Amino acid sequence: MTLLAETVAPAAGGGWLVAAIIFPVVALLLAVAGGARFAARVGVLALPAGLAIAVAIADGVAKHGVLGYYVGGWAPPLGIALRADVLSAAMLVTTAIVASGAGLYALHDFGPPREPGGGRQTLGFWVSLLGAWAALNLAFVGRDLFNLYVALELLTFAAVPLVCLDGRAPTLQAALRYLLYALVGSVLYLLGAVLLYGAFGTLDVELLATVVRPEPAAWAAAALMTAGLLAKTALFPLHLWLPPAHAGAPPAASAVLSALVVKGSFFIVLRLWFDALPGLATAMAMQFIGLLGAGAILYGSALALRQSRLKLLVAYSTVAQIGYLFLVFPLAFDASAGRLVAGTALAGGLLQAVSHAFAKAAMFMSAGLVAVALGHDRIEGFGGLARARPVSLLAFALAGVSLVGLPPSGGFAAKWLLLSAAVESGQWWWAVVIVLGGLLTGAYLILVLMRALQEPAAPTASLRPVAAWREAVPLALALLAVLLGLAGLAPFQPGAGTGAVAAAEAFQ
Amino acid sequence: MSPTTLFGLCGAALVGIGLYGLLTDSRLLRKIIAFNLVGSGVFLLFGVIARRGAAAELFGDPVPQALVITGIVVAFSATALAVALLLRLHEAGGGATFDTPADEAGVKRPDP
Repeated sequence: MTLLAETVAPAAGGGWLVAAIIFPVVALLLAVAGGARFAARVGVLALPAGLAIAVAIADGVAKHGVLGYYVGGWAPPLGIALRADVLSAAMLVTTAIVASGAGLYALHDFGPPREPGGGRQTLGFWVSLLGAWAALNLAFVGRDLFNLYVALELLTFAAVPLVCLDGRAPTLQAALRYLLYALVGSVLYLLGAVLLYGAFGTLDVELLATVVRPEPAAWAAAALMTAGLLAKTALFPLHLWLPPAHAGAPPAASAVLSALVVKGSFFIVLRLWFDALPGLATAMAMQFIGLLGAGAILYGSALALRQSRLKLLVAYSTVAQIGYLFLVFPLAFDASAGRLVAGTALAGGLLQAVSHAFAKAAMFMSAGLVAVALGHDRIEGFGGLARARPVSLLAFALAGVSLVGLPPSGGFAAKWLLLSAAVESGQWWWAVVIVLGGLLTGAYLILVLMRALQEPAAPTASLRPVAAWREAVPLALALLAVLLGLAGLAPFQPGAGTGAVAAAEAFQ
Repeated sequence: MSPTTLFGLCGAALVGIGLYGLLTDSRLLRKIIAFNLVGSGVFLLFGVIARRGAAAELFGDPVPQALVITGIVVAFSATALAVALLLRLHEAGGGATFDTPADEAGVKRPDP
């Protein structure tokens, strides 16, 4: 730690950023070296320690505003800069919490193998989880577009095995489909990065922002990189890989994929447009991205309504919720200045990313427990579930409160900020989409809850037992998603300067 | 036509052919090869930009050459992963395209 801190760093505490990336990689290598018997233990020890590192970074960001580090003491354009701001800190802590929850939950399915020679899936799960976590941390603190490309690729390589842990043909096919989407996405991103380097001679985010001029090479680069990242984020209409990828994945893997992995590439879209190319944004381009977001909200919700399996319903709900994230772009566009402005809309987008991560992880985990208890996850067979599995259903319902956007949840605060931004900027059409999306989300979740509250068609004696601690994990995550809104409720308390308002001010 | 323009056009053509193959060919192995064509086109562009000296006005810029090595390693690993998945899919009885869906994925039932 001291060695790292002594090298040239643009701000104090930069060593934590290096630790956030290196620590999960070291744990991953230990897990590989130790094999399946060792992997679960390494993972369970590494997750809380990683959470502590994320909290230390958040603390440093709260004190200093921003943490920075030059790798090897080399400043850009030759060297690579790492930097954590409010956005990075929020995502780092969210990732650590959700990954810890997923790890705890997965101990039942992917604990140390009981018979020697077993545990191929166990090793696969923990190595993928730790790898995805390292890649996400790199994506959140990286400030070099090529460095971010490497983070994206590592994230893909870690996420693909999570889809096909059981090795059956349908999951392998889903994993291959996901991999091809992700590879096309990252090669388009790389092509854009080459064009930017060719035109402006740097890939550092800060330096690019000062030298980028609106010209054809920059437009082509921005379009290619955005299209590639949208494919990786599964934004409508490039979402086709996401529902099959979730259909056969274990619940803990689905939670990580849906809550965290898609947020990594979304975060890089934010970095690209807000930090690297803010002056390149045009009203038309931002409206187009918003239109895709609106399409995702309406199409994803409509398809979620039509699903007969709970897991696929939750997966299509992810397709819809990703749409809200991309409403940030039209809402943050300042037409008079002709550039993107960090403010209410960005704060709303960040809060949506964080609250969706908690809520969706909780939802996939409780859906997984329901499937274990019933032996299936067909919604029409859910009668009597509310009486038999009240805690799982409560976690599902609380997560749903945040997804719909009911007060005081984090989802409510996020949608409130997005609505305020829509009203402030006079773009009422996005407000209509946000409200309509909330109604549709309410509809498909209420359908599930109504089924579960009905009397069972047949006696429910065949329910399998589920350990209480496994039900506690999704419940805790769902409670976090709901309580998150208390920070974001500040707009309603006169004189209060905390929470979302402070976050919005911090961006300005 | 200067060599850099010629190589630049070659890179663009490779990217175009690769993308066409990725979108139109349904055979998975062909898709993986098409992805490699796109990658080769991008790497060729890296070379062109290094030769041109980028914006730094150098005769030969070393940064893109360093980046392209990383890029090739990443593309190689991606191809290896994709081919490994394809082989496993073949062993598990899956088809060679996405049009022949493997048996409908049911929820994984816990072992009794």
